[in-house]
Amino acid sequence: MARIDVLKTYKLYINGAFPRGESGRVYEVKDSKGAFLANPCQASRKDLREAVVAARAAQNGWVSATAYLRGQILYRAAEMMQARKSEFVDAIIALEGKSPKAASDEVDSAIDTWVWYAGWSDKVSTIAGSTNQVSGPFYNFTIPEAVGVVTIFAEAKSTLLSLVSSIGAAISTGNTCIVIAAEKAPLTAITLAEVLATSDLPHGVVNILTGKSAELVSWVGSHMDIDAVDVSGLTKKQEADVRLEGAENLKRIHRFTEVRSAQRILSFVENKTVWHPIGI
Amino acid sequence: MTKFEYAPAPESTSIVDLKSEYGLFINGKFVAPKGGKTFVTINPANEKILAKVAYASNSDVDKAVIAATEAFKKTWSRTSPSERGKYLYRIARILQERAREFAVLETMDNGKPIRETRDIDIPLAAAHFFYHAGWADKLEFAGVGSNPKPHGVVGQIIPWNFPLLMLAWKVAPALATGNTVVLKPAETTPLTALLFAEVCQQAGLPAGVLNIVTGDGATGAYLVNHPGIQKIAFTGSTQVGKGIARAISGTSKALTLELGGKGANIIYDDAAIDEAVEGIISGIFFNQGHVCCAGSRLLVQESVLDEVTEKLKRRMSLIRVGDPLDKNTDLGAINSKAQLEKIHELANSGDSEGAQRWSPECELPGAGFWFKPTIFSGVAQSHRIAREEIFGPVLSILTFRTPQEAIEKANNTPFGLSAGIWTDKGSKILWTAQRLKAGVIWANTFNKFDPASPFGGYKESGWGREGGRHGLAAYVKVAK
Repeated sequence: MARIDVLKTYKLYINGAFPRGESGRVYEVKDSKGAFLANPCQASRKDLREAVVAARAAQNGWVSATAYLRGQILYRAAEMMQARKSEFVDAIIALEGKSPKAASDEVDSAIDTWVWYAGWSDKVSTIAGSTNQVSGPFYNFTIPEAVGVVTIFAEAKSTLLSLVSSIGAAISTGNTCIVIAAEKAPLTAITLAEVLATSDLPHGVVNILTGKSAELVSWVGSHMDIDAVDVSGLTKKQEADVRLEGAENLKRIHRFTEVRSAQRILSFVENKTVWHPIGI
Repeated sequence: MTKFEYAPAPESTSIVDLKSEYGLFINGKFVAPKGGKTFVTINPANEKILAKVAYASNSDVDKAVIAATEAFKKTWSRTSPSERGKYLYRIARILQERAREFAVLETMDNGKPIRETRDIDIPLAAAHFFYHAGWADKLEFAGVGSNPKPHGVVGQIIPWNFPLLMLAWKVAPALATGNTVVLKPAETTPLTALLFAEVCQQAGLPAGVLNIVTGDGATGAYLVNHPGIQKIAFTGSTQVGKGIARAISGTSKALTLELGGKGANIIYDDAAIDEAVEGIISGIFFNQGHVCCAGSRLLVQESVLDEVTEKLKRRMSLIRVGDPLDKNTDLGAINSKAQLEKIHELANSGDSEGAQRWSPECELPGAGFWFKPTIFSGVAQSHRIAREEIFGPVLSILTFRTPQEAIEKANNTPFGLSAGIWTDKGSKILWTAQRLKAGVIWANTFNKFDPASPFGGYKESGWGREGGRHGLAAYVKVAK
């Protein structure tokens, strides 16, 4: 008799733990051929708020860690991704209908992209900062700093690669984030959460929610403790809603198309300029 | 001891050739507004009318946008970057040549002391053009992304507190990066912008590259919503800035914002107190406190509160309030009646919420809009004068015991534009600067500005930077 597989229960990832959604709602995810795959949680507004609390609490510690340490932790996550490659490949084949070769290539590319972003952590201020030649006896310099808490609406295509680009760009500089996984293809996001949970990443730096993004758009837009939003996974109409609601605390809102892009990183930093007199 | 009085030292206004009426500057020419509607601009130091100014109707704004669009397509985008830069160099030089004329006119229209317009506003405006002129043909090295491209037509809306300087902050980077501009100056201070239009004519700037439409908030709103504009740059209140962000939320327009602030000026107990007092004075009384990055919340370490307060009061009693055209004047006129009323309203809330008001004895002129330099002690974090931007010569004094408490109080605001740090200890400066959520931090100095130094806010103080390499990013499109 064939052995019965032990199937995974897909849950949310908040503050380093894997809770079920507080509302108890789940929704069915099917593979590209229409067969049942999983019942991931349908995160509610309350789950989002919990995730923001976790991300905010984690931000000061994460940004205060040395850039070298952040780089090492991110690199560690790439090591864990490599170890779980086959699981990612299976999820991509099932959900995105890709060939085994294409799925394998995407995972390789995602791992390499994660390493690319890991390497940026201690180089951002070198390329994006400056010392400024002001007309007077002052030492004047500008440094980029993480903007704070970023919410990411993940893209539905090339889910792992786009997740890695969005998360890597946001957290390498010291931001913390809440990821809202692509509604129909959330399994790579949850598996990525399992990678991050075993990568020395402090709890709360990355939080991952699954569910109906349309339901969460307005709550993300109006949440006053979210500083920035990556709207790459939203429609133009949804983006406009986030922008409208997000004006209340002037959220930094960006849509990206490039995979490996310094502009992604620089979109979620603030530049701080410091003046000091020169004298004896 | 005998106190020597200053004799009056008024700057002559004969250098300024005021016209009785000013038109709109569209497509390289001054034109009358459609329908002939005008408004007046007054000297806030004596309430006398300076000139009638055209009120741009919607169809005038349409014409300006068309002129800017045509100039972008047919002229400016075909002008090589080096040649673009040379126009900006010319403008910088003409501004320097006509600096005194601009300084006097700015003081007349705005009410700020001639000492400031002559030594700060106008030289800095010229410096902004000179600085950005040099960027025009070096954008590929600016680190703003590969292959930076201009947006096209930029709509720019500027405030009344530094009229020509804010024009320079906006227009210089926009033109250097290859955009064309429709600019709306503030309703109460349009004159130096219109004089600047003459400078552009003298510099031979191609018609339509810069267009100026004078008017009020409705004019600005029409410009913001105009479909022919690809990017908006706004400096002004946080409330209006948020409104612009909402208005364009469903469009692909780019937007940068320089908005309000409630800057914390932190005085540690090991600071050089006499120097810190000078910094407090310049932090809040520079430009009558009409400064978005003013150090309007003084955070003093408890152990030096008495000393700082006493020296501050002594120094404030030496501030000379009065005729802005007098070269010895420190504090000029409040820019408008509406702003004066707002300052009174907020200061009165300080009284009613239990803070203690103090101002030096000083005589205020009869006509015009004036407010004495004022401090409030015993201010709590919850008071309106600790939370809201007053935009006037009013300082709120709060205290702290530990550096951690100073950081918490300094950051406890939705604003994040500026902050000051006063201490003799270098490592404490850097520790503090690292933790302050503010875009510009002055350590052992305050209210310094330079075209090479990026300026702009965290949080609700705005989007983007102006000045320096970072400011160029606001005016180019790159793949991201």
